[in-house]
This record gives sequence, structure tokens and C-alpha cells, in this order.
Amino acid sequence: MFGQSNVLAQGEVNFPPSVEDFYLPSIAPWGAHNNYWFTKITFMVWLAVGILILFFLLTYRKPQLVPTKKQWIAESIYGFVRNNIAVDMIGHQGVRFAPYFTTLFCFVLLTNFFAIVPFFQISPNSHIAFPAFLALISYVLFNWVGIKKHGFGGYFKRALIPPAPWYILPLLIPIEAFSTFLVRPFSLAVRLFANMFAGHMLLLVFTLGGFAMLNANALLAPISVLSWVMTVALTFLEFLVIVLQAYVFTVLTASYVQGALAEEH
Amino acid sequence: MYFFAAEGGETTHNPILPLWQEIVVGGIAFIILCFVLMKFVFPRMEQTFQARVDAIEGGIKRAESAQAEANQLLEQYRAQLAEARTDAAKIRDDARADAEGIRQDILAKAREEADRVIQAGKDQLAAERATIVRELRAEVGTIAVDLASKIVGESLADEARRKGTVDRFLDSLESSGAR
Repeated sequence: MFGQSNVLAQGEVNFPPSVEDFYLPSIAPWGAHNNYWFTKITFMVWLAVGILILFFLLTYRKPQLVPTKKQWIAESIYGFVRNNIAVDMIGHQGVRFAPYFTTLFCFVLLTNFFAIVPFFQISPNSHIAFPAFLALISYVLFNWVGIKKHGFGGYFKRALIPPAPWYILPLLIPIEAFSTFLVRPFSLAVRLFANMFAGHMLLLVFTLGGFAMLNANALLAPISVLSWVMTVALTFLEFLVIVLQAYVFTVLTASYVQGALAEEH
Repeated sequence: MYFFAAEGGETTHNPILPLWQEIVVGGIAFIILCFVLMKFVFPRMEQTFQARVDAIEGGIKRAESAQAEANQLLEQYRAQLAEARTDAAKIRDDARADAEGIRQDILAKAREEADRVIQAGKDQLAAERATIVRELRAEVGTIAVDLASKIVGESLADEARRKGTVDRFLDSLESSGAR
């Protein structure tokens, strides 16, 4: 139940780290353990939203034909998601989804990124509530887009009935229904959550492990150092995971939308 | 896991079950983010991209139209130049023809004038000659008669006869001179 900072401050080590290390005490009211409205996690979510809104509004206050450096950065982010995800996956009609995909990508990327920012050190996405909400939006989005395009019956017919011989359909239809309407949102949420959760857990294990060994026996100090070196290395790995998971979440959402819009299977 | 929390005391969290408070907070925050970015930022980016495309394509189009106009003008100037050359050649030919005509006219007129002058001279000469002949005839007759009378020493009484004699003499002279 103790946060990492408490551990360091008190000089005693809560090792091995547990799930409870992810549930930090509330900020307001201060120190409450089962109040989740204003915690470090929700604060980081608001901070990410604030940073993104400020960044994009400030850089795009007066857009120019020949972009300034900041405007170019903002355009590059949007252009990347627009051209390399939306248009590549969905085709020309994907442009209309590009604003949402870019918002999604930036939000996931920045909230993931808190996992390796000093003093933040944990990603809000290691709490499944946030990935779950994003996955829910993706789920509603691709179903809504499909129903709008093909009609209610047409959409479910396309989604559930693959072009296969009739005698195999009783087997295929439940599988299709299960994979499309149950597994997709669940896997989308869990993939992001589990990656961020495991990343934080790994960093905790190696950081706290170093302290645990040092406390247990001074002779283990070299191994503690090795453990902390591993922490640094894993931080680089974590950076890779952060970017990759933000990209994967956006690409999969785009892929589901593309599948819902597709004329053929 | 609010319901666990509500039970109070030490609770264990299940990481796979979402906290509904976090869903609410995350949902509101993300929807605000979506609203602002999707309404105020990305559509303007699309507009800027479009404006940029227009600017580039418009530039190309303008250059193409300017090129076409230049080509058209060049063709026009060439045509005008060729026309002007043809005109100039035609004018030169006309002028040459005119000059020839004028020369011919002047020559003809000059010839005519010369003929006229010559004719007039001839006529005048003939008239003068006739006058002189007539005067001479009278004078020569008188002189001859005077001379003859002086030589002969006698006056010929008969005028008519004298006249006839002189005339006959002169006629014979003329006819012998003409022959």
C-alpha cells in the first residue's frame, strides 16, 4: 500500500512490489486511500489533456502557409497519423477519421510517456479504466461507422457471415461474433493496460530490488548497482513500448474502422 | 473497486477491474481533449494543407496559363510579322508597277509633246515659207520687171500682158527648180 516515494523516504523497502503500489493515496482529500477522484493518476490525465490542448492551440493559433517550426511539429504529428495510419489503413475516406485518431494517438502517447518521466514514473494507462474507456470509444466508433455505411442488418450480415460453405457457417458465425464483438474491445484495452502495468512493475522490481539487496547486506551493493543499471536499460525498453503501444492502439482502431467500412470481407 | 473501498479497511485492488471514478474522470478529460482538438485544431490543419495544395497547384496553373498566353502572343506576332512582310512585298510590287506606269505615261506624253512641237514648228515653217514665197513672188516680179524695164529701157504698156509673162517665167523657173 506504500508508494514508491514513501519507500525511499523511510529507507525501508516494500519488496517485492505488489498491485497495491499502483494505487496511490489521494491528493484531495490528502492521503485518503480509497478516494479516487483526485489522485496522482487523474492529475496526470488532466495534465496530459492540458498540455495537448495548450500545445496544439498555441502552435495552431495563426497557421501559416509556410509553417513555423512549432507549427511544423504540430503538422507533422497530425500528418503522420493522417497519412501513415488513417489513409494507409482506410484509404482516402480515412481522412475524416484522422482528427480522432490523432487525438487518440497523442493522448495515449503522452499518458504512456509519464511512465518514464521523473517524478511521475507511472502511466495512467497502467490503470485499466483509461484504456477501457478508449477501447469503448473505438468499439462504438467502428460499429457505428459500419452500421451507418451498410445499415444495421447489412453490417451484422457482413460482420458475422463470412463467404464460406453453408455447412461450416454454424461454426464460423459464433467465432466471428466472439472475435469481433467481444475480443476486440477487450484485447484493445488489456493490451495497452498490461504493457504499461508490466512496464511499471518491471521498473519497480529492479529499482526496489536494488534497495532491498543493499538493505539486506552491504556486500550485495555491486548487485544493487547492476539492478539499477538494468532499470536504466529497461527505461529505454519502456520508451519503445510507450511509442509502440500508442501506435498499435491507433492502428488497430483504424483497422477495425476499415473492416467495418470494407465492401468485401 | 469502489464497493470494496466502501467496506472500509484494507482492500485489495484487482488491476483488471476498472475504477469507475477513473472512467468518469478519464472520459470527461478525453472528451474535452477530443472536442477542442477535433473542433479547433485539426480541421484548421486540413484547411492549411488544402490551402498549401491550392497555392502550389494554383502556381503551376498560373505558370501554365502564362506560358500558353506567351505562346499565343508569339504566334500572333509571327502571323502579324508574316502579314506585314507580305504587305510590304505587295506595296513594293505595286510601287514598282506604278512607277513603270508613270514612266510610260511620261514618256508617251513627252513623245506626244515633242511630236506636237515638231508639228507646230513644221506648220509654222510651212506658213512662213508660204508667206515668204508669196511676198517674194510679188517682190521678185516687181524687181524683175523693174530690172527688165531698166535693162530694156522701156516700159511695158500692157500690164496684163506683162503680168502674164512674168508669171509664166516664174512658173517655168519653179517647175525647173522643183524638178
